[in-house]
Amino acid sequence: MNPLIKPFRESLEMLDRVQAESVFQQALTTLSPIQAVEQVVVPALEQIGAAWEAGSVALSQVYMSGRFCEELVEHVLPPSDPDRKHQPRSAIVVLSDYHMLGKRIVYSVMRASGFELFDYGRMGVDELVARAQADKIRVLLISVLILPSALRVRDVCTRLKAAASGIKVLVGGAPFLFDAQMWQEVGADAMGHSAADAVNIVEGWMGEMQ
Amino acid sequence: MNATTMNSMQRTLTTLGQQEPDRVPLFLLTTLHGAKELGMSIEDYYARAENVIEGQLRLLKKYRADCLYGFFYASIEVEAWGGSTIYLPDGPPLCGAPIIQRPEDIDTLKAPDVATAPCLQRVFAAIRGLKAAVGDTVPIIGVAISPFSLPIMQMGFDKYIELLYEQPERFEKLMAANIAFSVAWSNAQLAAGATAICYFDPMSSTTNIPRELYLKTGQQVAKRAIAQIKGPTATHMASGRCLPIMADIADTGTAVVGVSGLEDLGELKAAANKRVSLLGNLNGIEMRRWTPEQAEAAVKCAIARAGRGGGLLLGDNHGEIPWQVPDEVLLAIGDAVERWGRYPLDWVEEYLAVT
Repeated sequence: MNPLIKPFRESLEMLDRVQAESVFQQALTTLSPIQAVEQVVVPALEQIGAAWEAGSVALSQVYMSGRFCEELVEHVLPPSDPDRKHQPRSAIVVLSDYHMLGKRIVYSVMRASGFELFDYGRMGVDELVARAQADKIRVLLISVLILPSALRVRDVCTRLKAAASGIKVLVGGAPFLFDAQMWQEVGADAMGHSAADAVNIVEGWMGEMQ
Repeated sequence: MNATTMNSMQRTLTTLGQQEPDRVPLFLLTTLHGAKELGMSIEDYYARAENVIEGQLRLLKKYRADCLYGFFYASIEVEAWGGSTIYLPDGPPLCGAPIIQRPEDIDTLKAPDVATAPCLQRVFAAIRGLKAAVGDTVPIIGVAISPFSLPIMQMGFDKYIELLYEQPERFEKLMAANIAFSVAWSNAQLAAGATAICYFDPMSSTTNIPRELYLKTGQQVAKRAIAQIKGPTATHMASGRCLPIMADIADTGTAVVGVSGLEDLGELKAAANKRVSLLGNLNGIEMRRWTPEQAEAAVKCAIARAGRGGGLLLGDNHGEIPWQVPDEVLLAIGDAVERWGRYPLDWVEEYLAVT
């Protein structure tokens, strides 16, 4: 494990951008940008995500650290960089819901982990099913906060499966955290407990899809 | 007092005094079910105070709960500030576009007049109607979103987090306006007949901000606001965690804390240390698919963990029972409270020994 993970994580949790930047620059003295992202940024965000799940880190820290890492990685590894991961076409969306923070956090953490993905914003079921197929999406991340929206994921999954789209659906958000069975009930392929969890799951799917 | 003759108010006041009443009070915070009961859409239901009065009174009788809930929907406060509400067919009305589009908008923000905002008059009328129906026999719970949590709806969660960390002066301006509104709104509900105010403050939860930040922000705001509210308050975390800040919340002067299903009710009770009572913490999301047997088991577990000695109002962990929760589950909860909630709870010791 890279020894810079701990000071990087701590500076993120303290919202100390100067220190986080300094640690990241230190990583870049011995690592390439993509190595620094994979060996320092991603593990630090994973640890922060796990700490949020355990209740020892707050959502505000997760959000601010994700946003900062996104900017940091954007700077050293722009979207056009060939070192960006070869990844399945992915998109993220808030389904029939007006609470955008969860999606914003996952989007930041995914991008800070070297992924590129479409940000669909907020969509209803019909629009999402049509758009995901038109864009030839392979991985669809759906974020919700309220229960009715979580239950509407079932319509999305049913229609994507009926169309034999092959799209894998990853869900996240409060209703899924409070009911551990719900992601299976609505027909999703997986559930992320945190943004970092989403990164791990999509990375796992990348292996399966190659 | 003969314990067998307690009405809901007596039962509630006894438990808030950290004494054992006749049975554990059931604070089943049903809202949307009133629309189902009256056979109308959620939007139509909330359009008239008379609907909410009739709905609440029917639900009180049907589910045998110990409180009436004057809550319409959270976004009604933002409507008073000039915002809009989006109605869903099967869930709580949501807040429309943020009224604060840019942080600069805060500089000219003024709190609306509670006495003239049309949307709020419906709530006052509903509380007055409920009070006329039950007098002092059943607690009527009014609701105010805390000044510290209201900006989640006023400007969006992400922008609010950024404001909190990056613009302390504007944050303070926003809090000044929100405290003025929240205090006036709470006191007007109390004047209309509410017994207490449920002060919804999920932003203060350690799920959302770290304790150090809470002590500098949310707790200070709560102290300022609650000191001016002319009645008891119940601070509700709306599913968020609060175990690490339980004593800090008690320091704000609140009487009750609404707690999360993600935390252990026994640990929360110990942390409350008789300084505050607990409201919770049945899992409202799982409740949707409970069998009557599961409902009974959940009630029994909660009472066993935190019922002894009073200080527990049994309810859900979010402050609103979801629309999707079926009648049979809510009825089973009432049955289970009758069966297992009767003091002196002499079955608890044996139950805890084997679970």
